[in-house]
Amino acid sequence: MEWRRRHVLGLSDFRPEEIEFVIDTARSMEEVLTRDIKKVPALRGKTVVNLFFEASTRTRTSFEMAGKRLSADVVNFSSSTSSITKGETLLDTARNIEAMKPNILVIRHPASGAPHFLSRHLSCSIVNAGDGANEHPSQGLLDLYTILKAKGKVAGLKIAIVGDILHSRVVRSDLHSLGRMGAKLWLCGPATLVPREMARTGATLTSDIREAVRDADVIIMLRIQLERQKTSYFPSLREYSRMYGLNRPLFSLAKDDAVIMHPGPINRGVELSDELADCHQSLVLDQVASGVAVRMALLYLLAGGSHAAH
Amino acid sequence: MKIPPVKTILDGKGVERVLSRLTHEILEKNKGASEIVLVGIASGGIPLSRVIRKKILAIEGVEVPAGFVDITLYRDDLAKAGYQTRLKRTEIPFSIDEKKVILVDDVLYTGRTIRAAMDALMDFGRPRNIQLAVLIDRGHRELPIRADYVGRNVPTSRFETVEVRVEGNPEEWSVFLAETPAGKGE
Repeated sequence: MEWRRRHVLGLSDFRPEEIEFVIDTARSMEEVLTRDIKKVPALRGKTVVNLFFEASTRTRTSFEMAGKRLSADVVNFSSSTSSITKGETLLDTARNIEAMKPNILVIRHPASGAPHFLSRHLSCSIVNAGDGANEHPSQGLLDLYTILKAKGKVAGLKIAIVGDILHSRVVRSDLHSLGRMGAKLWLCGPATLVPREMARTGATLTSDIREAVRDADVIIMLRIQLERQKTSYFPSLREYSRMYGLNRPLFSLAKDDAVIMHPGPINRGVELSDELADCHQSLVLDQVASGVAVRMALLYLLAGGSHAAH
Repeated sequence: MKIPPVKTILDGKGVERVLSRLTHEILEKNKGASEIVLVGIASGGIPLSRVIRKKILAIEGVEVPAGFVDITLYRDDLAKAGYQTRLKRTEIPFSIDEKKVILVDDVLYTGRTIRAAMDALMDFGRPRNIQLAVLIDRGHRELPIRADYVGRNVPTSRFETVEVRVEGNPEEWSVFLAETPAGKGE
């Protein structure tokens, strides 16, 4: 197949063959990252702008690294250092950046749908790097990539996602990337943080972590986003940690070769015990490495010539 | 619609003989196979480099390292090309430093693929030299590039395409010339 997408706004409308196409492209990109000279000239002369309205180190650095490995010029705008703090609207900010003729705009924004909005008003390609509680497509793809690399397949695996399901854009992208490839997904967290509607996606919902973890092949622990807990969804962090934190005895319920993932940054001692965060079954750092390859694949696929003319 | 005329340039036996001669030329010029590595350009060069590797083993008793390179990320027309197509694999699981790299491709045409392949190789190390072996040289060069080993020189027009089939049963290997609408077939 040929890649015909101009934007990557979310995985909700990705067909399985498109997901597979990105994964396959990422495999070639990963090979580039094993070379002595980890750079190819594919995006020479192209400009990638990272426009981040929320704090992020990992994702922004990952996109920046991905762009640079492909020889693109990468420019970072972050909300704390720009005119956004001076009251400029999102559209004005984006239009001003567009006037400088970037090819790809990578955006993270606290409002769901912000990237979709920009894609209707700008002519460059838009990549969603996380919008509110909606989607984080590159994370969904890199989670899939990491699991495929560790397990060789995704179909039929029991994958438990534990934590703040309600506010998690990672879950909403993982549901599409992992769910569409045939994983059996379990979503687990305090009842206040697991929306009933998510049962429609085919995932199994539970508030009992033992049930979620039992015989699981993959356990994805989500970060408790303290900055998003405006109302109390659980009594205290300590209680949350005692009931939903992953530790050695709980982990022993999973399959022997089970792996642990986390989108980062980890609240050590809250979602994950120190011991598990650093054990050899933890793929947390593999996820970071996969992230660069997957984002290189996305940037490369979006930088193809003809859609600039559309 | 009229069926485009097809002209056979080489049949199975012909390809076999030409590759035997190429292999002997490579070994003669390099005085054996001790410092040689083979790198096929994806996709057309890969099966050819496998055949050459087997022939070197038969003649010299040496198993030379062989890899392959995909030049897509090094193309000079990425920005102009249509929608992105699937990347192929690159696999050079050995050091090319101080080696004599024999770059293998099926058809030499504009020379742009070879330029891209040489740039790719340079990212893997510093070879002692790079030599180019092609099965067919069809002319129409757009860059100052020539092959060190040529199987067959075939004068073509830009409206023709050279098809090389060197996979599966050796008796069914073939090289033929067909007419195409656009100047494809590099």
